[in-house]
Amino acid sequence: MEQQKPTRGAMWLRLLTGGARTVHDWAAVQVCDAVLAGQPARYIAVVPDPDNRFPRARNGEVGLVEGWQLARAVQEVVAMDRDAPAKRPIVAVIDVPSQAYGRREEAFGIHQALAGAAGAYAQARQAGHPVIGLVVGLAMSGAFLAHGYQANRLIALDDPAVMVHAMGKASAARVTLRSVEALEKLAATVPPMAYDIKNFASLGILWKVLRLNDLALPGERDIALVEATLEAALADILEDRERDLSGRLNGQHRQASRRVRELLQAQWEDAD
Amino acid sequence: MERLQFEFGAGQPLSGRTVAGVVASGDLEVLLEPGDAGRTTVAVQTSVDGYGGNWKALLERVFGPGSLPAARIEINDNGATPGVVRMRIEQAFEEVTQGGNTP
Amino acid sequence: MTADIDPNIDRLLKRDSFIERGARSRAQALLDPGSMRELAGPFERLHSPWLAMQKLVTQADDGVVVAKGKLDGHPTVVLAIEGAYQGGSMGEIAGAKIAGALELAARDNRRGIPTRAVILFETGGVRLQEANLGLASIAEIQSAIVDLRRYQPVIGVSAGTVGCYGGMSIAAGLCTWLVLTREARLGLNGPQVIEQEAGVAEFDAKKRALIWGLTGGEQRVVTGLADACVADDTHEIRATVLRLFAQGVPARHRSERADHYLACLRQVDTRVQATPEDVRAIYNPSQGDA
Repeated sequence: MEQQKPTRGAMWLRLLTGGARTVHDWAAVQVCDAVLAGQPARYIAVVPDPDNRFPRARNGEVGLVEGWQLARAVQEVVAMDRDAPAKRPIVAVIDVPSQAYGRREEAFGIHQALAGAAGAYAQARQAGHPVIGLVVGLAMSGAFLAHGYQANRLIALDDPAVMVHAMGKASAARVTLRSVEALEKLAATVPPMAYDIKNFASLGILWKVLRLNDLALPGERDIALVEATLEAALADILEDRERDLSGRLNGQHRQASRRVRELLQAQWEDAD
Repeated sequence: MERLQFEFGAGQPLSGRTVAGVVASGDLEVLLEPGDAGRTTVAVQTSVDGYGGNWKALLERVFGPGSLPAARIEINDNGATPGVVRMRIEQAFEEVTQGGNTP
Repeated sequence: MTADIDPNIDRLLKRDSFIERGARSRAQALLDPGSMRELAGPFERLHSPWLAMQKLVTQADDGVVVAKGKLDGHPTVVLAIEGAYQGGSMGEIAGAKIAGALELAARDNRRGIPTRAVILFETGGVRLQEANLGLASIAEIQSAIVDLRRYQPVIGVSAGTVGCYGGMSIAAGLCTWLVLTREARLGLNGPQVIEQEAGVAEFDAKKRALIWGLTGGEQRVVTGLADACVADDTHEIRATVLRLFAQGVPARHRSERADHYLACLRQVDTRVQATPEDVRAIYNPSQGDA
């Protein structure tokens, strides 16, 4: 079997967990129990499985099985700590190119599998588990909704290969009947449409953006910076009474999101 | 996309408000609210450029006589034909005068 | 003397199509007569700044109606998506209206007010012209559904013609109960997108029988991925929503049944393409809670 070069997600999972063994013998969804700030923490990544039984999920996509396995991995943490006073953190190491596209996937309800994952992460967060998302590569559409977008705090590495978006450039260009170049040009002028991490950061959804020396081959300083930031995120979450996603609403480009909520709240209580 | 603004003489302010239609292809949305007495204003947002003259003529036919109640009107148009535009405006006025549920 | 009316014709004449109603009309028809109050409505003029930036015509309610009122006397908020506007896609404002209303409903419950929610899914998912803000708002909608469903069932309805796709199909998968008509479709990726990504052999977007056979309302209900398949009739849809609310919050939601679905997927023969019959055979809902 040909050894493929590990993805960013696989690499960072190994680096952050000190090469810990995975909890399950799953090929794509890698689950490691390690530490964060000296306390037990679960780290989860989705990596390519070239031998995936489902042919449309062989390049690191989040497919049917991956969605439900993510759900299980997170549900286990909640079950483990159900009676514990301290809820352990969950770190989603995010490098997912997309959801899986295929007939089998639609037939067996991939939307429901991804709901399993997203719901588990949300429930864990609402139960008091600090959930941290670390974007080290791609964080695209349904895959990101399932793996990481329910985090209390989102951290992204600053690199051209790091991208958050609702649809890949090639598909988006096809769907909007444009060339990729024309789409990129338009996207650069409309912040929520842009593909680069700087524009995404301007939306106020990320908690921190990290500039490393070398993303492809991170040195000790790079790893230390990421670890320190994860610890800082954990501390920030633990200080926060709110365990919802309201921290994402403060960016300059989320004015309308705040205005809508203000209006809804003001009008909610009027005499029924 | 083009924005157009029109003003007409009118009667007493409309009582009530409503919205009719949707901004779907070939359709339009009409927001109808009370205006200042004696004046109806129409703000048009349209996906089709260059039809200012047609809009003026159509709206003149509807509001020119000045017999409708004073209203503040917002039209968000996505390429509707004059017939559909007219229909939605009339629908909106009908809903208000019939005292239908206002949003 | 009146002639006897053929009962079929009579039924057709009396049928009150839900599909033909726009979002506002659907919300009004579901809520108790006279109880509907629209929040953050068109007269607040919440036009999408992102569409305006791209010189696209904007709808004053951004394609979502937030209707608060009573449903059989219970405080209920209906979130109705207008499928005819931008394909019902979620932009910043549309998504914020849904998420914000669900958040307030959850807050009500924490204050002892049993507000519940119905979401009318008529949507293709993220509005590409607002990409990342649409996606973010969908994550917030998902969070709010999971929060609210602890207290009250969250019921999703998709009637068609747009159906429920993209990130919003994931939100639908988080709802307590789902009501679909035969015309509705529920899936993650639309047929054209799959054909584009995976080729026409994988999915021929022109084959209507294939699309509805795999993702249509009836198939989804028969395979346990939705809970009621109803006729396109407003009265029947309202009655079904009420019946489901009466069941209360289940011990486990469908989205929590990871072990069950993983066990089912192990039975899938991935050497052959999936047929609707294969899915029915494996997902037999009469197996009960696993």
